[in-house]
Amino acid sequence: MSSEAEVADINQDIDLSQVDSIVEPYLGKKEMLIPVMQKVQEHFGYLPRPAMEHVARRMRIPLSRLYGVTTFYAQFKMKPRGRYIIRVCKGTACHISGSPKIAERIEEILGIPGGETTDDLKFTLEEVACIGACALAPVIMINDNPHGRLTPDKMKEILDSYE
Amino acid sequence: MYEKHIMICGATGCLSSGSTKVSEALIEELEKHGIKDKYRLVMSGCPGFCEVGPIIVIYPDEVFYCRLKPKDMAELVENHLVGGEIVERLLYKGPDVEAPARFYDTIPFYAKQKFNVLRNSGVIDPESIDEYIMRGGYRALSRAMEMEPQAICDEVKDAGLRGRGGAGFPTGVKWGFTNKAPGPKKYIVCNADEGDPGAFMDRSILEGDPHAILEGMLIAGRACGADEGYIYCRAEYPLAIDRLKKAIEQAKEYALLGDNILGYDFNFKMNIKEGAGAFVCGEETALLASIEGKRGMPRPRPPFPAQVGVFGKPTTINNVETLANIPLIVKEGGAAEYVKVGTEGSKGTKVFALAGKVRNTGLCEVPMGITIEEVIYDVGGGIKGGREFKAVQAGGPSGGCIPADLLDLPIDYDSLTKAGAIMGSGGLVVMDDRTCMVDLARYFLSFTQKESCGKCTPCREGTKRMLEILDRIAEGEGIPEDLETLDNLAHNIKDSALCGLGQTCPNPVLSTIRYFRHEYEEHINENFCRSGICKPLFNYKIDAENCTGCTACARACAVDAIKGEKKEPHEIDQELCTRCGSCIDKCRQDCIMITRVGSEADVSN
Repeated sequence: MSSEAEVADINQDIDLSQVDSIVEPYLGKKEMLIPVMQKVQEHFGYLPRPAMEHVARRMRIPLSRLYGVTTFYAQFKMKPRGRYIIRVCKGTACHISGSPKIAERIEEILGIPGGETTDDLKFTLEEVACIGACALAPVIMINDNPHGRLTPDKMKEILDSYE
Repeated sequence: MYEKHIMICGATGCLSSGSTKVSEALIEELEKHGIKDKYRLVMSGCPGFCEVGPIIVIYPDEVFYCRLKPKDMAELVENHLVGGEIVERLLYKGPDVEAPARFYDTIPFYAKQKFNVLRNSGVIDPESIDEYIMRGGYRALSRAMEMEPQAICDEVKDAGLRGRGGAGFPTGVKWGFTNKAPGPKKYIVCNADEGDPGAFMDRSILEGDPHAILEGMLIAGRACGADEGYIYCRAEYPLAIDRLKKAIEQAKEYALLGDNILGYDFNFKMNIKEGAGAFVCGEETALLASIEGKRGMPRPRPPFPAQVGVFGKPTTINNVETLANIPLIVKEGGAAEYVKVGTEGSKGTKVFALAGKVRNTGLCEVPMGITIEEVIYDVGGGIKGGREFKAVQAGGPSGGCIPADLLDLPIDYDSLTKAGAIMGSGGLVVMDDRTCMVDLARYFLSFTQKESCGKCTPCREGTKRMLEILDRIAEGEGIPEDLETLDNLAHNIKDSALCGLGQTCPNPVLSTIRYFRHEYEEHINENFCRSGICKPLFNYKIDAENCTGCTACARACAVDAIKGEKKEPHEIDQELCTRCGSCIDKCRQDCIMITRVGSEADVSN
């Protein structure tokens, strides 16, 4: 429940004029919906519902279709995310080099399952199909920093290094 | 004038192993000596050998330094650049060379490679159009301008180029379809949505040689009568997108994009579309829907994109690696040269991402027809840690595994298909005896099941049922009929799924059952996972004879399941053990063994 309450609070502060300036260049170009939503997400860190409604109105796209598009692509998030996004690579090379054990260990340390955010909005734990750094498997990315050749016992120290 | 060119690998693999810090340290050292202006520093594309990154190559000396640390830079500058002495300590060393190896031709990893597509990667500054042009870039485009469109299609067809994205359809034939399709507006789409987990060759090409892709697309545009192009690239590849954007700007400045290209009556506009994370968008009709701003769901073919593509117009869709081959074929005398490499049905080279339990991980480009053994043992340097080779998985979630007794299989489209795998995009993941084939099949299927777009029932429901069965088998709840049910479901999905991804997603299951049926049977009938992966189906046991009581394993154990006095053999309490495997990584005597669940009790009591 607490996370829903948080969402509501954050939503109230949404400045729709920001959304306007993102949407403006793309009015009448429905095929640009995905780039528009990428920019909205870049701005807010996720897709707040009022922003989605606003984009739908301005671009004259039914909200249902916009929702259909945003839920189809893994990149789009409907909930606020942490300051640090941990992406555990689930590529083949990482899998056979033990990425499931890395994910397990992170879940244990943070106390959240994959896909969730810690209550203090510090970490979000996600999976990614492949980072493309297979030579360094198993790999995780924390924001833009890759950490490679991991073992479960290194994880505590790595997470602790993020303030 | 620069005295030397210093190429620092700036591709994702080396960046992950710290090439930025190495580069900063290098600049600092050069400044300290006041000689920074004498050298040209380039964050280059990928030279392929990710295993030994970060890598620096110094030209014209042709010296390859690897596994570099920031603190090595003082010595490198002082001894090599100032003193003219090669720093032997930082050269490539390995069990496969007698003495430290100095350059590409003496490093075994490179010995059997043939650089076509990766010809510029790591050699030029990927952000400089001039360097691309100096290496013969855009020469093929100017030749194509003098040719009839159909003649270009025929030349590509005769060169035997087949699509490198997976299915291997002849590229020249595909172009011919779009060329013949009626209508004034046509598109060229570059499929850079490399979603296959374990493959990263397209990313390296985009990062290392972006102009090759632009040139390939322009030639395709000329051949197909198209005047607009889209590059659909994964958002997970920010560096590749950045380099493409720079390349497009440079090409515009040089009048290689825009109106009246090279003074001919030929216009071309280039757009980049960032993907948003959906594996299915690698399928061409799904990709088209995504470009149009819709959910990326495939549609039945025909009509093929060559007739009805982006925004309903005729469209040619080619993969990154395919397009990177084009300038080589279309340049003066290129086609004749091109057909000299490869086999009867598969011409040219293929780039593979070599990963998994192989010593030399990284990117390699080899002639078609080379055997799997050569790739794994000569290029790849054999299995990591001296373990036993079990299988190699080719083609990712749409492909299959190839077992040890097919090591002499030549790598070409037809041989791989016959063996139950596919060329796919070119991921080669090597597995040793610690990889469980049931778990591998389960892994791929859970991937395709998660990525299934849900449009057609066979893929949406079928993969779910197959995954449930595999989950049960891995949990030790399998029943003997499961294998037959899996086989049945797999063939049904193959025959009836809507798109290429759905039709191929049972391949990993089928091929592991075909070659490793005994492992499935062992899981089902004997409740045993010999690879030590499926947790309920094995125990760890310490070999009391070899255990020296060093306590390394006991200290690594998070649940205190390992007991024993110092210098005395240790024991594992099976009740407490979670089979996390931390101990096995720490044991220096290699004395932690995998045993059957039942037999363990007998031994420990």
